[in-house]
Amino acid sequence: MPIRTTRVRGVSRTTGSPGAPDSAPGEAGTTAKARTRRAGLRGEGTWGWLFVSPMVLVLGLFMVLPILMALWVSLLHWDGQSNPFSGQADFVGLDNYRSLLTQDGLDRTLFATSLRNNLYYVLLTVPLQTLLALVLALIVNQRLLRGRGALRTTFYFPSVTSSIAVSTVFLFLFQGSGAVNSLLSWIGIKGPNWFADPRGVLSLVLGGLGAVDPQRPTGMLADHSTLGLSWFEWLSGPSVAMCTLILLAVWTTSGTFMLIFLAALQNIPRELEESAAMEGVNRRQMLWHVTLPALRPVLFLVLTLGLISTWQVFDQVYVMGQGAPGNTTLTPAFLSYSAGFDNADFGQGSAIAFILLALILVLTAFQRWVLRERGVRTGRNR
Amino acid sequence: MGTRMAVAALATCATLLAATGCSSNFGNDKEPEQDKAAKQKLTVLIATSGDAETRAVKAAAAAYAKQSGNTVSVEIAKDMNQQLAQSFAGHKPPDVFYVNSDQFANYAKGGSLYPYGDRISDAADFSEQLRNSFSYDGKLVCLPKDTSTLGLAINTDLWKKAGLTEKDYPKSWEELRTVAAELTRNGVTGLVTSDEYQRLGVFMQQAGGWLTDPDQKKMTADTAENAKGLAFVQSLLKSGSMKFAKQVDTSWGGEALGKGKAAMTIEGNWLEGGMKLDYPEVKYAVAPLPAGPAGQGTLAFSNCWGVAADSAHRDAGVDLVKHLTSAKQQLAFADAFGVMPSRTSALKTYAEKRPAAKAWVDGSAHAQGPVTIAGFDKVLSQFNTDLQSLRTADPKRILADLQRNGEQAIAKGN
Repeated sequence: MPIRTTRVRGVSRTTGSPGAPDSAPGEAGTTAKARTRRAGLRGEGTWGWLFVSPMVLVLGLFMVLPILMALWVSLLHWDGQSNPFSGQADFVGLDNYRSLLTQDGLDRTLFATSLRNNLYYVLLTVPLQTLLALVLALIVNQRLLRGRGALRTTFYFPSVTSSIAVSTVFLFLFQGSGAVNSLLSWIGIKGPNWFADPRGVLSLVLGGLGAVDPQRPTGMLADHSTLGLSWFEWLSGPSVAMCTLILLAVWTTSGTFMLIFLAALQNIPRELEESAAMEGVNRRQMLWHVTLPALRPVLFLVLTLGLISTWQVFDQVYVMGQGAPGNTTLTPAFLSYSAGFDNADFGQGSAIAFILLALILVLTAFQRWVLRERGVRTGRNR
Repeated sequence: MGTRMAVAALATCATLLAATGCSSNFGNDKEPEQDKAAKQKLTVLIATSGDAETRAVKAAAAAYAKQSGNTVSVEIAKDMNQQLAQSFAGHKPPDVFYVNSDQFANYAKGGSLYPYGDRISDAADFSEQLRNSFSYDGKLVCLPKDTSTLGLAINTDLWKKAGLTEKDYPKSWEELRTVAAELTRNGVTGLVTSDEYQRLGVFMQQAGGWLTDPDQKKMTADTAENAKGLAFVQSLLKSGSMKFAKQVDTSWGGEALGKGKAAMTIEGNWLEGGMKLDYPEVKYAVAPLPAGPAGQGTLAFSNCWGVAADSAHRDAGVDLVKHLTSAKQQLAFADAFGVMPSRTSALKTYAEKRPAAKAWVDGSAHAQGPVTIAGFDKVLSQFNTDLQSLRTADPKRILADLQRNGEQAIAKGN
């Protein structure tokens, strides 16, 4: 969504700028001339606004307006059965935010749980899908590869399949007696009952090492808590069920991102690669010092898109368990939905959505800062 | 540039205000004008359990339409909660609809349901615990559409194989423990049921406890009785003679029973339809649930027929509900898709027709109705989440959390 807004802003900026260099002080024009020019500029601006007005109107009516309405609703105790703008719903100020962030209770525990789950989901999904997409793109970009078209189609296929359908297929594959566990049993591994397994992967590892007893955690980790969740719960990692969701997300999205990387790879000027080859670089150096730097803007795009979509994950959760097992697949987006539609507390639902929005904005800003270009070529702005 | 920005901002604000003001459906909160026409058009929204139910409701609505002269269109909801919430917010709800018991209090509190209880002259015929569940502020708001209770379903082949007879059907917790242990072998688990309070709650009730007091004003979750009930379940789980349906790779008790993974399960009368459809060759019998320290106990479930407060056809809506909840119609529904009538008079006829369902019918005498408190959905689903780990967790801790969460929700609701 931010992308679309910048585009609109970009349009208005370009309509304003042409002619700007002309008004350099060296060319002595009369005041009258300057005035006409300014009038012309204003005319251009009006035309610009006129041209973008359909988009501004659509965005305003269907995005800005609902967002502002939701912001208002997040300050109410609104059950969804009256008019939120008529004063029938109680105005409660920041109470909805308070019960999510500072007041000890079920709301905060659920919200913290959903944040933890989604954090692990993002931490695993985004790097994995980006890496996989990049590798796939590099593979199908090789000119000598046979059947490139077929491979591209194959890799892209999961992305065009409906996520609901893919989720349902995964439900069958990962049943306790499903195909995945049958495969595992051939090599002598007894697979877990994937979607019914709420144990955190990290806590399983720690338990396996004997560092902590996952059933009855004791000591520092169990005694301290943040946002109503003990440190042990924060650190127990994604549950086995969540890991299958991560797998599904990586599998379905890497195709789309592969396509984006592929487009960028084909945009790298051949001369660049040729001159690098003349310098006698090997393949790894070529990748590291030529290809990847050229991909940096696209990498930023892919990471941003990945970050935003993973923080908003909803449909897989809705299909595959609605938070079960043990609330370990609960995500803020789903919690927001269920606060509204199952608990008739739309104020809280929109409060969750706004906290999520703030989180995404902060993280995107942070990521932009990390990926900024350093050194000689700082001049380029994106 | 500055003025232009200001003008743009002003224009945007004006547009937004105009758009908010113009959304006509949002504003009217006065009593809806009633349609006085002789022939009225009613819409009915139902969440169906399958084709059989859809057909039966449509047939009943058509019969009413013919008799009254009104037209009735029956629509099937994909996601009932969401569709109803949206239509309430837009003040364009269907006239008559199913109300799920866990959403009942939310809708009643929001004033979306037209309380027509006082217009039903023979309301006392409906089972008392369900009338309690569907009352808000002391007023009966809507009539229970049908009823279901839980019984102990037994796979008779597995039962015989274990050398047991009908006399061994468990009457008490201890007998249940013994037979469950005897039946557990060769990939069969003695007792399999879902990991939710809608099943495990029977043990709390049989121990003399329940989540709330009878008026649903106070939480009574952290009592010794409830803890005793859950501790009994925990001991069965620990011994391995009881498992949750998910642990044996099934989605509910009926599937476990049909697949021969469970010798016993705790399910309601919807089991009949499910078994007929998916496992017609599996033989089973239904016995009353074993009695606990405080005697017999089971849970009753129901939806009710809501009439929208925003409907322009309230009178016709109530009329339609009267038709749909008549004894004759309830028996027809029972035949079509296996629910039990919620009228005591019709239930008697039903029991005579179906001796196999006797345990379920008898259960309604000592059944506990569903919890209907506004904003309780998350409290109960958190309780269900905690119950998933009942085997290893401390029952008292689970109940203490439930008590705390419930008290907070009740405090927030009032």
